[in-house]
Amino acid sequence: MSKTIAEKILSEHSGTGAYAGDIVVADIDAALLQDGTGPLAVQQLQKLGMEKAARPERTVLFIDHAAPSPRKELSNAHKILRDFATRTGAILSDVNEGVCHQRMVEDYMNPGEVLIGADSHTCTAGALGAFATGMGSTDVAIGIASGKTWLRVPETFKVYVTGGFKKGVYPKDLILHFIGMIGADGATYKALEFCGPTIDAMDMSGRFTLANMAVEAGAKAGLFASDETTRKYLEERGRGDKWRPIAADPDATYERVFEIDVSELESTISCPHTVDNTKTIENIAGTKIDQVLIGTCTNGRIEDLRIAAKMLEGRSRHPNTRLLVCPASRDVYLKAIEEGLIAKLIAAGAAVINPGCAACVGVHAGILGDGEACLATQNRNFKGRMGNPEGFIYLGSPAVAAAAAIEGAIADPRKYL
Amino acid sequence: MQIKGKAFKFGDSISTDHIAPGRLFHLRTNLPELAKHVLEDADPEFAKKVKPGDFVVGGKNFGLGSSREHAPTIIKLAGVGAVLAQSFARIFYRNAINVGLPVLICDTTQIDQGDELEVDVGKGEIKNLTKGVSITAKPLPDVMIKILNDGGLLEHFHKHGGFALDV
Repeated sequence: MSKTIAEKILSEHSGTGAYAGDIVVADIDAALLQDGTGPLAVQQLQKLGMEKAARPERTVLFIDHAAPSPRKELSNAHKILRDFATRTGAILSDVNEGVCHQRMVEDYMNPGEVLIGADSHTCTAGALGAFATGMGSTDVAIGIASGKTWLRVPETFKVYVTGGFKKGVYPKDLILHFIGMIGADGATYKALEFCGPTIDAMDMSGRFTLANMAVEAGAKAGLFASDETTRKYLEERGRGDKWRPIAADPDATYERVFEIDVSELESTISCPHTVDNTKTIENIAGTKIDQVLIGTCTNGRIEDLRIAAKMLEGRSRHPNTRLLVCPASRDVYLKAIEEGLIAKLIAAGAAVINPGCAACVGVHAGILGDGEACLATQNRNFKGRMGNPEGFIYLGSPAVAAAAAIEGAIADPRKYL
Repeated sequence: MQIKGKAFKFGDSISTDHIAPGRLFHLRTNLPELAKHVLEDADPEFAKKVKPGDFVVGGKNFGLGSSREHAPTIIKLAGVGAVLAQSFARIFYRNAINVGLPVLICDTTQIDQGDELEVDVGKGEIKNLTKGVSITAKPLPDVMIKILNDGGLLEHFHKHGGFALDV
């Protein structure tokens, strides 16, 4: 019988012929923990007397959510991860190396593999044709120690995308539009499979943005075929030998099929306090913005910084609007320096924050004041997300963010492109 | 497992940021302290008012957002007997079972703030004693019943020396 991408990968990893609805115990290729969820995972393994990693070279511990540490409690939490890495041989990705999801795709994940991560946006690696999903600390702890996890094979929604993006419209607008259309629980428990001519033509950066936000529709995974674009990305990252083709069978069974033509899509913004509360630019332009954040695992890649730097070159941020820029990883940061993007952004008034999760998680580096509004390129705008339940978060593309920084209000980016 | 207590009613889309906010990130290694703030951004008084065996009753997509297992853990530490909602976000649902917090998918529109409930978790039967109505929950998947009956995933793994889910 024909299979979806999820069914193929989970069949291979469980040694079964698995279809949607089946429960499998699957081998995992890689696991990740971060500084918010990792200490609890380590404590769980200590309770079990199983403080080990079945595959230390594919177990990656990230200090990214509060990096560098703003408080002693977090410094001590970081020590738990550093000590675990020393004792087990697991890899430590320390302060400044970047956000876990960006780092996983840059250096660790390959097509056809299974990744579990104690972070909801672990689904980002689905863009490489890997089955990647977020879980809690205990699930990932047991996965690290045993090399296995249990999974229910998800039904798949096919998202077939056609058409070319208009000037000023990007994959971020597509995913916000899609979540607005199906709702924040529209794909709960399902896998999303993105395909069609627009996806075939999309670069890896755009695919990462889409996969990253699959969980914001409730999905368990956001999957893509592994194609020539994937192969070139892996070659650039020094692991072309890890490429393999992955694609769904032509007559695989999908629970639902969505067809989206992006040629009429407009800049789309998620308004407080849910990601599915979307509006197009003309219906929200003019809303005053106190802070702009360009970065995160959703849109902190070199392609995103190029867009922002081009728009902000020779311009200044609005005097009443703070502009924060946070490259998603050290490699992105270095490339942005080499290309002169960082200089342009700083000249325009940006505060550049070291790679990490920064203000997005509300721990440090850009917490909102009461009643303040932020336009961020991140994936989530829940009440309290950026450290203050009295703050308001709008989500948009890097272009929308740069336009908001210039005008001090939500604005159409096209006039600056 | 029979539990009797009072309903604390919340709306749709209660996120992990409502339950365990990011601004309290530094308390994640101090769960008893974090539990004093449980659901603070949905109801600042909740942690003070809740009594052992009480119920958290949500609407749609309860627990959406982060993978932080601290969210169901501190609901359990606060003494909550079970969480009832029309639907749950996937990771929260799985985490709740893993930490031994019963979660029941059911029609919560017939439950109001302060209603007295009696819940049989195993059978998925909810009696609203205040309103005199009975509600049936969707059964948990078999694998999750096994994990919950063992007291959580850690206990399951410890007891069986690995996954014993009969898949």
